[in-house]
Amino acid sequence: MKILRSALVPIIAVVLALLAGALLIQLSGSSPREAYSALFEGSFVGWERFGTTLEKATPLIMGGLAVAFAFKGGLFNIGGQGQLLFGALIAGAAGYGFTGLPWIIHMPLALLLGAAAGAAWGAIPGVLKATRGAHEVITTIMLNFVAANMAEWLCTKVWREPGDILVRTPIIEGSAEIPTFGNIPLGFLIAVAFAFGMWYLLQKTTFGFEVRSVGLNPSAASYAGISTKRIVILTMAISGFLAGIGGSIETLGVLGRYEPGFNAGLGFDGITIALLARTNPIAVIPSAVLIASMDASASLMQFKAGVAPEITDVIEALILLFVATPIIVRWFFKSRQGEEISFGANWGSS
Amino acid sequence: MNNQQAPLALEAVGICKSFGPLVANDEVNLQVEKGQIHALLGENGAGKSTLVNILFGLYKADEGEVRVAGEKVEMNSPHDAIEHKIGMVHQHFQLVPVLTVTENIVLGDEPTKKGGVLDFEKAAQEVEELGKRYGLEVDPRAVVEDLPIGYQQRVEILRSLYRQADVLILDEPTAVLTPQETDHLLEVLRSLTAEGVSIIFITHKLREVLAIADKVTVMRRGEVVGVTDPKETNEEGLAEMMVGRSVVLRIAKSEATPGNTVLSIKELNVLDDRNQSALKDFSLDVKEGEIFGIAGVEGNGQRELVEAITGLRPLVSGSILMGEKEMSGCSAREISEEGISHIPENREKHGLVGPHSVADNLVLNRYFHSPFAARGIRQTAAINEEASHLVEKFDVRTASIHNPARTLSGGNKQKVIAARELSHDSSLLLAAQPTRGIDVGSIEFIHQQLVNARDAGVAVLLVSAELDEILSLSDRVGVIYQGKLVAIAPTDEFTRIQIGQLMTSGNS
Repeated sequence: MKILRSALVPIIAVVLALLAGALLIQLSGSSPREAYSALFEGSFVGWERFGTTLEKATPLIMGGLAVAFAFKGGLFNIGGQGQLLFGALIAGAAGYGFTGLPWIIHMPLALLLGAAAGAAWGAIPGVLKATRGAHEVITTIMLNFVAANMAEWLCTKVWREPGDILVRTPIIEGSAEIPTFGNIPLGFLIAVAFAFGMWYLLQKTTFGFEVRSVGLNPSAASYAGISTKRIVILTMAISGFLAGIGGSIETLGVLGRYEPGFNAGLGFDGITIALLARTNPIAVIPSAVLIASMDASASLMQFKAGVAPEITDVIEALILLFVATPIIVRWFFKSRQGEEISFGANWGSS
Repeated sequence: MNNQQAPLALEAVGICKSFGPLVANDEVNLQVEKGQIHALLGENGAGKSTLVNILFGLYKADEGEVRVAGEKVEMNSPHDAIEHKIGMVHQHFQLVPVLTVTENIVLGDEPTKKGGVLDFEKAAQEVEELGKRYGLEVDPRAVVEDLPIGYQQRVEILRSLYRQADVLILDEPTAVLTPQETDHLLEVLRSLTAEGVSIIFITHKLREVLAIADKVTVMRRGEVVGVTDPKETNEEGLAEMMVGRSVVLRIAKSEATPGNTVLSIKELNVLDDRNQSALKDFSLDVKEGEIFGIAGVEGNGQRELVEAITGLRPLVSGSILMGEKEMSGCSAREISEEGISHIPENREKHGLVGPHSVADNLVLNRYFHSPFAARGIRQTAAINEEASHLVEKFDVRTASIHNPARTLSGGNKQKVIAARELSHDSSLLLAAQPTRGIDVGSIEFIHQQLVNARDAGVAVLLVSAELDEILSLSDRVGVIYQGKLVAIAPTDEFTRIQIGQLMTSGNS
C-alpha cells in the first residue's frame, strides 16, 4: 500500500507523458496505437530486443543511482556525465593497456579503475563544497566540460590507436570484456547488484544513516556529532564511483573501446531516472528500463509507424516534466507536512 | 441584539475549521468588547492561531460567522479584515527588511501627491506623530533590518494603527521581548484601549494574562473551555483550565549539593557568524549537582557559548576543561563522547532530523554504538527496543516509534530530545531554551527532568531567555550581556528587577 502510494506520482507522470506523446504523434500524422505497439515490440518482444533494452538500461541505471545517491546526501550531482566519461575512458585505457592478465583479474581491475576515476572526479566538487562552500550544481556542471575536453585530449594524444584515422582508444583485450550470457548482458546484472547494494548501504549501515541524516538535516546531523564535511565528500565520491561504473560497463561490455561522443547524454538521463524513481535505488531499475525501451525501439517506431525518433526524446522530457512538477511544487510550498519529499532537504538552498 | 452594556467590537460565533482529519476549531465563540484587552490563552495546537487567522481573513471558516460591531461580515482575505479595521501583528514579523519604517508602514496604502508621485514626507510625519501619541517612538526613516526586534514590533503595531485599526490582534507579542520591553508594551496596550481600541492578545504566559487582560478565553484542543475574568482566578487556575489537570508551575527542589567542578571555561573568545566578537574573555565554572542559569536577552553570545562548548564553533582563544581534560580543538563527536548532553535551542533545526523516525532520532547521538550497531551495520531490533523503552519512560505521545519525528507536537519533539540526551551517561547537560514554545504540561515535565539530572550529580548549564525559568530552576545565576558575564551570584541574591536591568544594560 505504502509502496503503491509512493509509486503513484511517477506512474501518473508516465501515463500523462504517453498521452501527451500520443497527441504529438497524431498531430505529426502517424497513428499513436501503431507507434506504441512498435515501442513495446521494439523493446520487449523477443530475447534479442529485450537484451538490447537491458544493455541500454545498464548505464542509465548506474547514472540514476549516482544522482539518487547524491540526492540522499542532500546534494544535486549534475556531473554524472563527466564522471561517467572518465570511468569509460580509464576503463578503456586499462582494458587495452594491461595484457596477459586472466579475465578474472583483468575485467574487475578495469571496471574498478574506471569507477575510481569517476569517484575521484566526483570527489572534487565534494571537496570544494566541504572546504570552500562552492555549490555542487555549479562545480559539477563546469567539471562536465572539463571532463569532456580532457577525455578528448587524453584520447587524442596519449591513448590513441596508432594509425587509426578516428580519434579513439585501441580495442580492449578479450580478457577485459564483460560478456553477455545468451542475450542477458552481465553488465546489467552488475548494475542491478549495485542498486540492491546501495539500498542496503543506505538503509542498513551506520554510514548510510549518516548520509541520510546529513541529506535531510545537516544542522541536526552536525549537532549529533556527524562530520558533515566528511559525509559531503564521501557522498560525492560514491556518486561519482557509481557513474564511473556505468561508463566502465559501457566501454567493457558494449563498445569495446573509448570513443568520444559515444557516451553523450547518458549522465544527464540519470537525473530523469533518479527523479522518476523518487531517489529509491530499487525503483531506479524499472525507471531506467522504461527510458531504455524508448531508445531501443526508436528505429522500429520510425520504420513501422513513421514516428520521428525525436518524438521519443520529447516523451522522455515530458516524463521528467510531469515527475518533477509535483515534487517541485510541493517542495516549494511545503504544503503537506508529513509527506516524504524525495530530495534531500538542502539542495539549491545554500 | 446583545445584552451587554458595551457593544461588541468583534465577535466570532460557532466557528468550525478542520484541516483534513484534524479539527482545529470546534464551535468556537469569542466576544471582544470595545476597549477591552481580551487574552486568548491555550497550549500549542489548541486552535488559537487558527481562530485569529479566521478573524483576519487568512483562513476561511467551515462554519460559523464573524461579526464586526454587531454586523455579520465576510472575511475572505486580510484585505477584508483591514477594510473592517482589524489589524494583526504576527509572531513572525511581516516586514520588508531593506525598506524604511515609513515605507513598511504605508506599504499597500501608499500616500500619493498629484500625478501618482509617492509622498513619503507626509507619511513619515504621520508615522512620527502616531508614535509619539502611543509611546511607540521609532525613527520613521530608519531601515527596518537595522532596528532591534522590539522596535520592529513597534513598526508592526504602528502599521495597524496607521490604517486606523479598531481591533488589534497580537500573536504572542511578548515572546521576543525583554522583561522591560514587555512592561512597556503592556503600557502601550493600556493606552490604546483608553482610545477605544480593542485588543486580542494571544499568549501562553499566565503572568501577563493576569497583569493586563480584562477578559480571558481559554482554549483546549480546538474548543473554548472557559471564559473568565482574570481578577477571579490565579496562575494555577488558568493553567489547570489550559491543560485540563492541575499542574505544578514551580518545581519543588531541595537545596543543591554542588561537588567538583565539571566544566571550567577560561578567558574564552569566540566569533559569531559575521566574524564579530561574540564572547569576550568569558569565564565560567559549573559544578556537579548544580543548575547554573545563564540569563540574558537573546543574541548576547548565548548561542555562540553553547556551540563553543559542544565543539560546533571554533575558539579564537581560551580554554574549555571538562574535569581535567582540555576540550578545545576536539571534534563535536569527541566532546559528546566525553559526557556532554545537549538540548539545542532550535529543536527543529538542530535537535531532530524531522523525516527520520522517532526511533532513529532517539539514537541520533548513539547510533554507532553497541548495541545499536555492530561492525557498521545498524541493529534495528536493539534500536526499536531502546526507543520503545524511552518513549514510555519519557511519556512521548506518538502513535508509533516508526512515525517521522516531524509529525509530533512541539512538546513531544522536545521530550524526544530530552529522552535522548538524558538517557546517555553524561556529566554535563547543556539545556538551551529547553521549554521554548512548548505547552505547560511538557514544561513541567522538562523542568522536573533537569532537576532530577541535577540531583543525580550532573552539572546543568541552563541557558534561557525566560527569566521565570532561570529563577525557578537555577541554583546560581550568571547574567550575560554583550558577550560578557556581567554578574554571577546564587539565585536568591538577585531580584527580578536587578536581573532585568543587568540583562538590558549590563549593570544594575
